[in-house]
Amino acid sequence: MQEAIIKRAKELLADGSVNRVIGWKKGEFVYDITPAVFETAEEIDADFVYNELTSANVSKYLVKETKKDGKVLVFLKPCDTYSFNQLTKEHRINRENVYVIGIPGGPKLDVEKIKAKGITGILNITNDNGTLKIETLYGEETMPFADAVSTKCENCKSKKHVVFDELIGEDGDITDTNRFEMVEKLENMTSQERFDFWRDQLSKCIRCNACRNICPACTCEKCVFDNPDLGTDNKAAADSFEENMFHIIRAFHVAGRCTDCGECSRVCPQNIPLHLLNRKFIKDINSLYGEYQAGEDTTSRAPLTDYTFDDCEASIVHERGAE
Amino acid sequence: MLKISKDRITEIFNTVAESKSLYLPVNREDGQAEFKKYENGMVLSENLNTLRSAKDFFFPQTENLVDFKMEGKNIEVIDVREECEDFVIFGVRACDARSFTILDKVFLADPVDSYYKNRRDHGTIVTMACTRPSETCFCGSFGIDATEPEGDAVCYTDGSSYFFKANTEKGEAFINSVSSLLEDGDTAELEKVQAKTKEILAKLPLSNLSTDSFGGEKLNELFKSEKWAELSEACLGCGTCTFVCPTCQCYDIKDFNTGNGIKRFRCWDSCMYSDFTKMAHGNPRLSQVERFRQRFMHKLVYFPANNNGEFGCVGCGRCLSRCPVSMNIVKVMKALEEK
Repeated sequence: MQEAIIKRAKELLADGSVNRVIGWKKGEFVYDITPAVFETAEEIDADFVYNELTSANVSKYLVKETKKDGKVLVFLKPCDTYSFNQLTKEHRINRENVYVIGIPGGPKLDVEKIKAKGITGILNITNDNGTLKIETLYGEETMPFADAVSTKCENCKSKKHVVFDELIGEDGDITDTNRFEMVEKLENMTSQERFDFWRDQLSKCIRCNACRNICPACTCEKCVFDNPDLGTDNKAAADSFEENMFHIIRAFHVAGRCTDCGECSRVCPQNIPLHLLNRKFIKDINSLYGEYQAGEDTTSRAPLTDYTFDDCEASIVHERGAE
Repeated sequence: MLKISKDRITEIFNTVAESKSLYLPVNREDGQAEFKKYENGMVLSENLNTLRSAKDFFFPQTENLVDFKMEGKNIEVIDVREECEDFVIFGVRACDARSFTILDKVFLADPVDSYYKNRRDHGTIVTMACTRPSETCFCGSFGIDATEPEGDAVCYTDGSSYFFKANTEKGEAFINSVSSLLEDGDTAELEKVQAKTKEILAKLPLSNLSTDSFGGEKLNELFKSEKWAELSEACLGCGTCTFVCPTCQCYDIKDFNTGNGIKRFRCWDSCMYSDFTKMAHGNPRLSQVERFRQRFMHKLVYFPANNNGEFGCVGCGRCLSRCPVSMNIVKVMKALEEK
């Protein structure tokens, strides 16, 4: 797949169709891959990489890149195309300045899940028919591929590209996953158990803002939490409860716009399952306003920014009860 | 050297914890280690390092500095400082131990930071020599020997026993407090393990990372490098690298209005953030390129310029593992080195 992608990128650069290419750049190790902009065939040949470890969703970089002169080529995995559509819908991406090639997606690997097994000194990782062979400073280790799959790929919502100018590889279908399983578990807890679960998780937060800054739905020019003139900024709170509120407020802010790309949980240095907050909103929106998938298209009106006579009343919260 | 067999280490912990607060790396559910206050039954983590560094012990992420109480036209200033109680941190790695020396240069230089000094004076650091360094380790580049860490006392392991050596008076006091549990032990096997670890250290993928191109005298050349724009391109401007870093020491001081008074607190700040060092005239670094450059210039140029050539990085590798876009000091150093 990497070869086909590189070949096409170089063709489009050579014939002048695009000026730049957004993709993934090799690192020091097999896994530390950085999103990058490539401008020449030489750069692409030297460093472009696409494999089971390129999990980053690069669609948010287009906010910045499509404001520049010239055209940029972007390779999007199925899940990334939802983010792309949502950003287009919100007028954050200049669609004319980007050429989209859909490429097959995951499941991607999370190297932290490999390291969590006590495997250290990683020099190389290869996939041998569902078994990972991990070459380390201390000898070879193996583990099932499935045990190292990134949390964001565990419940893949779609193998279908909802937007593209051309495709490399086959397009897939929207997948029927049980992505709300954990949300249901949380719903079935008592309110005290649920409170304890979230306090336990969110108290790990170090307020690094990685979740917010990676999030394709968080594209405010100036976040309220960063604005010292507003009195709402808190790069570290005097009260630990405020850290908890940060995540809940953020989840509210992206409700109806979050495509469930899972980047928040992927980048969290403290492994907080932040995506569960967003999934709860998605599940509620589905049940209260009818099935809706943010980023599926660029034209429909989103349930929370639309009004219909069938909308649920605010009293639904009371009717549903606290437990 | 004095030793205790591995399966009896909890006896040491229990003895220490009788008289002092003891902190040690413990594994969480997700397999990541973090420093926790020891309670009976806790198991020492075998992980190479904790997810967050050990700097919190002396320089916590947030701390209250002073309170103000207002009644009518009177403002009462309340000093919230209290003498800290003695505590022991067990299992600090060589990289983190060196980070304390670096933090000391900032907080114990005139004017002395009394909040930091208070905790530093009362803390005993027991380090743990490394036996399984990771591919992300590069402490050797900053003159650190992972098999021979600094610290008040050092603990070594040969796989079946833990050996102890004191470096300071505090370290001696620690060993004396548990000496009834220790016995004289043969170090032949330990020496073999140490030699083997040194071999691994020599062949780590980053073992050849050089600091030759950095230091105070390279200021102009590095500041003006054209590489910064490309290097910072993917940076999200989050604070992950600064917050997991054992040596990042920038902080902000803010007032929190409690309704009938003020809590003046300080909290870690990050040069990656848009309001970092914002002053009355505005912000000196308006773009992410400048903020990104600041972090690495501080560690590789400004800090050594002000501290006899000592770099502000200890090669712990946390930023390598944690950066959401895998951009880090090693990539920066390697890119800047290329002429």
